[in-house]
Amino acid sequence: MEEKKIILDIRNFSVSFHQYEKGFRKTELAVIRNLDVTVHEGEMVAVVGSSGSGKSLLAHGILGILPYNAVMGGELWYDGELLTEERKKALRGNEIVLVPQSLAFLDPLMKIGSQIRRGKKDRESREKLDRIFAGYHLKKEVQELYPFELSGGMNRRVLVSTALMGNPRLVIADEPTPGLHMDLVRRVMSHFRELADEGAGVLLITHDLEQALEVADRVVVFYAGTTVEDAAASDFQSEKTLRHPYSRALWRALPQNGFQFIEGVQPYVKNLPVGCPFGPRCQFYTEACKEEIQSREVQGGKVRCTLDLHTGR
Amino acid sequence: MKRVNGRMAAVLWLGIAVVFLTAVTLFGWRVAESALMTDFSRKNLPPNGAYFFGTDWMGRDMFVRTVTGLSMSIRIGLLSAGVSSVLALFLGILAAIMGKTVDSVITWMIDLVMGIPHILLLILISYACGKGFRGVVVGVALTHWTSLARLIRGEVLQLKEALYVRTAQKLGVSRWEIAWKHMLPHLFPQFLVGLILMFPHAILHEASITFLGFGLSPEQPAIGIILSESMKYLAMGRWWLALFPGLFLVFTVSLFDMGGESLRKLLAPGSTHR
Amino acid sequence: MKEHLIFTGKKVVRMALLLFCVSAAAFILVSVSPVDPLQANVGQAALGSMSREQIEKLQEYWGAESPPVERFFNWAKDFFRGDMGISLLYRQPVSKVIGEKLQNSLWLMMIAWLSSGLMGFLLGVLAGFREGSILDRIMKGYSLVMVSTPAFWLALVLLMVFAVWLKVLPVGLSVPIGMEAGSVTVLDRIRHAVLPAVTLSITGIANITLHTREKMIDIMESDYVLFARARGESNWSIVKNHALRNVLLPAITLQFASVSEIFGGSVLVEQIFSYPGLGQAAVTAGMGSDVPLLLGITVVSAAFVFGGNLMANFLYRVIDPRIRRGGAWG
Repeated sequence: MEEKKIILDIRNFSVSFHQYEKGFRKTELAVIRNLDVTVHEGEMVAVVGSSGSGKSLLAHGILGILPYNAVMGGELWYDGELLTEERKKALRGNEIVLVPQSLAFLDPLMKIGSQIRRGKKDRESREKLDRIFAGYHLKKEVQELYPFELSGGMNRRVLVSTALMGNPRLVIADEPTPGLHMDLVRRVMSHFRELADEGAGVLLITHDLEQALEVADRVVVFYAGTTVEDAAASDFQSEKTLRHPYSRALWRALPQNGFQFIEGVQPYVKNLPVGCPFGPRCQFYTEACKEEIQSREVQGGKVRCTLDLHTGR
Repeated sequence: MKRVNGRMAAVLWLGIAVVFLTAVTLFGWRVAESALMTDFSRKNLPPNGAYFFGTDWMGRDMFVRTVTGLSMSIRIGLLSAGVSSVLALFLGILAAIMGKTVDSVITWMIDLVMGIPHILLLILISYACGKGFRGVVVGVALTHWTSLARLIRGEVLQLKEALYVRTAQKLGVSRWEIAWKHMLPHLFPQFLVGLILMFPHAILHEASITFLGFGLSPEQPAIGIILSESMKYLAMGRWWLALFPGLFLVFTVSLFDMGGESLRKLLAPGSTHR
Repeated sequence: MKEHLIFTGKKVVRMALLLFCVSAAAFILVSVSPVDPLQANVGQAALGSMSREQIEKLQEYWGAESPPVERFFNWAKDFFRGDMGISLLYRQPVSKVIGEKLQNSLWLMMIAWLSSGLMGFLLGVLAGFREGSILDRIMKGYSLVMVSTPAFWLALVLLMVFAVWLKVLPVGLSVPIGMEAGSVTVLDRIRHAVLPAVTLSITGIANITLHTREKMIDIMESDYVLFARARGESNWSIVKNHALRNVLLPAITLQFASVSEIFGGSVLVEQIFSYPGLGQAAVTAGMGSDVPLLLGITVVSAAFVFGGNLMANFLYRVIDPRIRRGGAWG
């Protein structure tokens, strides 16, 4: 198999916020501390982490739409070049596109059609949108509707359509199937799979490992602001091929593996332990885990752990 | 560092407002006597070192008159805003817990009061009370309760859905007891902010209605009276008679406004990163 | 369509009922007053020059003999027929006095209403678009001080600066003193209305700016603006396509709600500039115990305020697709 080109490469990505605590001390709140992801052309990578872990900020960071009080760290590479704020501005909406979670991301007072065309009225845009809608079996009349008039079945396809007005090479899907029925999830996911098969890189941000495994090529496991493992989706077929204790815990929590949940909850960003964030909940917790842990390559994947679960050491 | 510590600024504003207002109120009360003191040897003086705000055509010290007037305005404002906000609290809760009929009657009353321009309603009420102090207090109290009552009503309607309130209901606790024991403590912050933000309006309306001649009697050195009297002397170039008392009034009212807003920000949830 | 008619009908009926209640409330207020309007005006030339019939009618409304409820219905019945009674001070039918004064005031109020609405909207949008920018801070500071500034004091300051000190504008009055109403030019009218209109506008702008700014900030923080940005829309495109569209609805409510404030403000401003409008008439009527006129003005002002609310409701239905098409929030 020939090596595909890397479209997105994120190294040591972090996002923190300025915040006031009780009293007047200003603190910096690191929501994402250490995130590494790479996406190749034609590949679908899922970043999986539980709700409230700040995953959306990754999408916002790549697109350059973080709120004013956020500070970003690390390096973002896109198509072999550093992704500066200027490049983000030039590329977003065209080469790099976001598919949002819900209709709340559409202007409630603008008709679907002109909203997707970003207000453009020229023939080219109109024809393009007609083609996209036809591809998703959406009637042309849907363009004349307002977001509140869309039916549940339509709105996912409409949201995905927003991505196709440009020429996407990188599609970021932020929790695109919240609370949906599994059948519908499969259908939505198949849209993203199609995009990947046509050559775009797809970054899927989700809390649902089951969904991710359904379609993704690779899964990046995200815990309390840190990526702990980067594994091929096929590695999740068995617990033994997984490299990090948290990934294994997620695996055991899958329905087909017995719904076993581990004790405790993900720590709030303010009370993170030093070193491995998973430490306090980990059965293999040792002194060594209290230091900064580097990511290393193991068996074609990456892991951030002192232990080598793979070889049982 | 761009937003220089919003919370600190809020507390600072609040502090300044409280200190200033207390000082003006107490000082004005103390010097009330000398505000009426006439001395024709010093009449019509522009502002100078001895009389910061100048003197009027009867030789009265404008600074003393201004502070006394403000002190009176603040006290009237406190009294009428206090009455008005208690009225708002009472009617707001009543509308929310006493069922549909009472609710629509109170909503109707709110629409009614909001339908007549405030100044006009104040004139009417003042006329009904035979003008004077009582007319002002009653007028301001009766015109200012509406928006706070709406707010309280909404809040209580939400609280009614809260689990502990529903549990108390099921246990047979009476409506009044629930309102008193379980709701009032939650309403207090809203009530306090509403009360403080009502002061500025109360003071402004008191000054306006007095200015028009419907409020306090001309013997009292109220801000409205001072400004109304100054009008006759404007054409003669005695600008200081109107400028300083008015500036002082604006300053006082702004302080109240900012103090109230600061308090609202401090008490509001979800403003942590501002 | 039928739905809209029902909606409009309901609102109109409600407005009529509210107006009735306003007049009843106002009537109660003037009835409980210790001042007897007839006694107060007995020495006035007003009564002397009235016909016996007119005086009888006045007795019927305001005399202490008949019970208040009966008096109210007498008054309301005639009012409904368009007979608002005779003004005790102006010695003319109240409807005629109000008609004349309203004409003068409408000029002033329309200018103030439109300019404060437009300016306030524009400044609020600009300030809210860049929350925390220099422009925003200036606008916010200005508005906060202005909402704390009593209109009558602002009027005094403007009067001092432009009429007394610079002498560029007249002190007041809608027409120059001693000039025949017929020979007054439009320019004269405008010159005399400038200061009152400017005063009213300046105070009106502040409130509208502050509220528009708040709405604008909410919109700029909304998910749909975030998404528009993510789709590469420029600032201009975001303002044009999304912000203006969404801020317009609350702005309409605000604009029509400000009718009441403009009316209230005009009372003070007209008094200071001796502008012969409805506001000044209200003060005169209140001071001179001209009860018929005071009641008439109250009902007319309330009609304007309710009419404004009605317009806002109606425009909302026309503009907001969620109501227009969805029939929600009927």
